[in-house]
Amino acid sequence: MTQNAAPALEAFIARSAGQGAVLAETGLPTRRVEAWRYTPLRSIADTAWQKAAPLTTETVTALLARLVLPETGARVVYGNGQLMDALSALPEAVRQALENVSPLKGLFSATLNTALGERGLDICVPAGTDAGLLTLVSLSDGQDVSTHLQHRIVLEDGASLTLYDVSAGEGRYIANPRFDIVVGKGATLRHVKVQRESLTGTHLAIVSADVAERGEYDSFTLNQGSSLARHEAVVTLGAPHAMAHVNGVQIVDGQRLNDLTSMIHHAAPDGSSRQTVKTVLSDAGQGVFQGKILVDRVAQKTDGYQMNQALLLSERAQINSKPELEIYADDVKCSHGATVGALDDEQLFYLRSRGIPEAEARDILVRAFLIDALDLVADEGLRDLLLRSMTS
Amino acid sequence: MPAVTETRETVEKLAKSSYEWGFETDIEMDIAPKGLNEETVRLISERKGEPQWMLDWRLKAFRAWLEMEEPTWAHLHHPPIDYQDAHYFAQPKKKPGPKSLDEVDPELLKTYAKLGIPLHEQALLAGVEGAEERLPVAVDAVFDSVSVATTFRKTLAEAGVIFCPISDAIREYPELVRKYLGTVVPAGDNFFAALNSAVFTDGSFVYIPEGVRCPMELSTYFRINARNTGQFERTLIIAEDRATVSYLEGCTAPQRDENQLHAAVVELIAMEDASIKYSTVQNWYPGDDEGRGGIYNFVTKRGICRGARSKISWTQVETGSAITWKYPSCVLAGEGSVGEFYSVAVTNNHQQADTGTKMIHLAPNTRSTIIAKTISAGHSDSTYRGLVRMQPKARNARNFTQCDSLLIGDQCGAHTVPYIESRNMTARVEHEATTSKISEDQLFYCRSRGLSEEDAVGLIVNGFCREVLKELPMEFAVEAQKLLQISLEGSVG
Repeated sequence: MTQNAAPALEAFIARSAGQGAVLAETGLPTRRVEAWRYTPLRSIADTAWQKAAPLTTETVTALLARLVLPETGARVVYGNGQLMDALSALPEAVRQALENVSPLKGLFSATLNTALGERGLDICVPAGTDAGLLTLVSLSDGQDVSTHLQHRIVLEDGASLTLYDVSAGEGRYIANPRFDIVVGKGATLRHVKVQRESLTGTHLAIVSADVAERGEYDSFTLNQGSSLARHEAVVTLGAPHAMAHVNGVQIVDGQRLNDLTSMIHHAAPDGSSRQTVKTVLSDAGQGVFQGKILVDRVAQKTDGYQMNQALLLSERAQINSKPELEIYADDVKCSHGATVGALDDEQLFYLRSRGIPEAEARDILVRAFLIDALDLVADEGLRDLLLRSMTS
Repeated sequence: MPAVTETRETVEKLAKSSYEWGFETDIEMDIAPKGLNEETVRLISERKGEPQWMLDWRLKAFRAWLEMEEPTWAHLHHPPIDYQDAHYFAQPKKKPGPKSLDEVDPELLKTYAKLGIPLHEQALLAGVEGAEERLPVAVDAVFDSVSVATTFRKTLAEAGVIFCPISDAIREYPELVRKYLGTVVPAGDNFFAALNSAVFTDGSFVYIPEGVRCPMELSTYFRINARNTGQFERTLIIAEDRATVSYLEGCTAPQRDENQLHAAVVELIAMEDASIKYSTVQNWYPGDDEGRGGIYNFVTKRGICRGARSKISWTQVETGSAITWKYPSCVLAGEGSVGEFYSVAVTNNHQQADTGTKMIHLAPNTRSTIIAKTISAGHSDSTYRGLVRMQPKARNARNFTQCDSLLIGDQCGAHTVPYIESRNMTARVEHEATTSKISEDQLFYCRSRGLSEEDAVGLIVNGFCREVLKELPMEFAVEAQKLLQISLEGSVG
């Protein structure tokens, strides 16, 4: 089932201080592992990934200059897994997190991160405080190196924070960040993520969010870079009236593969979850969507909705989609929908007949296809930023 | 008392309602010793008087099976199956293949009469009141390991249709069987198909020649009777160019405390402009309300639309079995061919079902429709698992899938696991799924019109399943509606 002899795994085990056993046991998942059937890790198996060397302020500044970033709010920058002190400042309202968060078990991206973890953000937004906007930039630069940042974000009751989370880089590397998130009672975390890694990079992110009563985890992920990228979110609605949004857009071209995998776990009554994921594929791009909604027996009155759509723009593009409902409570309202198809010829004809050149008409239709998902980002400023980084 | 509570009580009462097909027929049997090895395979082949090539095929499958592992990916839980603890061959003691019904053991005839499946040719499938003119139905009755009677063989032969037990076909039409057997479901396709290929004992063989519309519905009635036996039947249906056939399948088993294994394989082949409609009402013994006993039903069903514009349609009503593992599939290889899957799966008490379909679109302009209705009650678990795959050559292919689940009570589960894979930009796939319960409003509406709780639920469930039930041939539709009522009555919360 696993590629235990892979040089990648051996290198990871050698680097992990004392935690190699779990990693050795898990192994590198192959396509026979259900969760990875559409996302083969062959491309990383043959490299002995090393720890990344620290980056100079100049290198990081140069990399930053290429990104579309918010001009307001606080900003924290990591270069090859290390905090760039000179370029970073936390929001004033934030203090260091004291609460212990239990990390996820049994998921490869999480296991790898646990074994090789590097300290990342460790913040707590105090009760009733709005910490505003925090931009987190994680940059990688190197050849055959990997970084494994561990971020811990705790929102106390009634707190709120907007996290604009950007990953980018240069070279051939693995970025394997993990976010352990706790959203307190009535608290709101807006997590807008932009994945624009190097086209030869690999991105394996794992987010685990526990949401308390009437809390809200509202996320949007733009998956647009890397040769291989998986953004995996596990959201647990563990108290009544908790809410989750796990939305996203994937734009895949070349020979790349982008994957958005999520598990929304309704573990308490009256929770609601919304998910809209749109994937646009061109060239020989491959898109993967795996979205599971799990409703426990106690989670009565759950309201779950999931929509995923893929647009294929090329003969060689490919989409694999697996929306999944696992439901044990009877008084629930859960539905999902999925569509796969090409641009509508009639719509194209309509625009062309009004004198719009073909290429432009296609652009308009692709943008229209994506807008449903993008509109779910409530903050207009961030939405504009997303649009700009999509086209940059 | 709120409707929900009242309903639950009704359910509990009804859950105890007995399985009316649970009787056992006391008949003298010729049974092979327990256990599974090459000797068993040779014994089966010898008893059936099979040619060498058939034995070789079985042995190859058996050796492949030994190397395979039982699949664990389905959402099913059961204690490990001991494949050595069963008889792989059991036949009523009487010379095999009676010449006429007069030679059939009267106990057997009584069994089928009790099941409502008359084997006399003038008799028809019961169930429709007031229907004067009904098409006759040809029946192949399979009792444990062998076919005991096939009706209307002569009438069918006049039309050129071959409808006979597959063991007869191996002897009488070896070239046809050899040409097609295992071409849709290869012997090593999966664990249970390999097991079936090694030890299958009987089943039906249907061949519809070019241009022939089969003059009547064909039907096979499977009955497991003997204790500690597995049933492994194999069905092969071939429709040549422009041929049309509708085939029905029904199954029951006696009520017992231990589990029994049923692993069947069905292969359908449709050539140019041919059409095959395959309907199943699966009512194997589901176990008692504590989850004791019942049939483990592991079935591989697959059809290939080889010719252009051919059509294969699967309709299934699954109410029985302790465990159902079944994915009737269509391989759409002919240009413009059509695949359909209509399913109602009902689980109650401790039943578990993991069922669905695969639509593999290989050719341009192929179309498929999937309508799956899942109803879970009691402590049961029901999963729809389906795959729609658009291969690169499937230009302008279309799929529409709709999966609806109904949960009755808070101790059951309903799951939907669709896989959508597209490698062609012009192909269009649409999938939608919902999960809900019967609404209090609907229930109240019916109750206020004087319907009992039970009838109201029956009415609503039948409405929920209507899209599928209307696809069944009439005689079966009536039976299926009755079955739904019995499996589920009142069980809506």
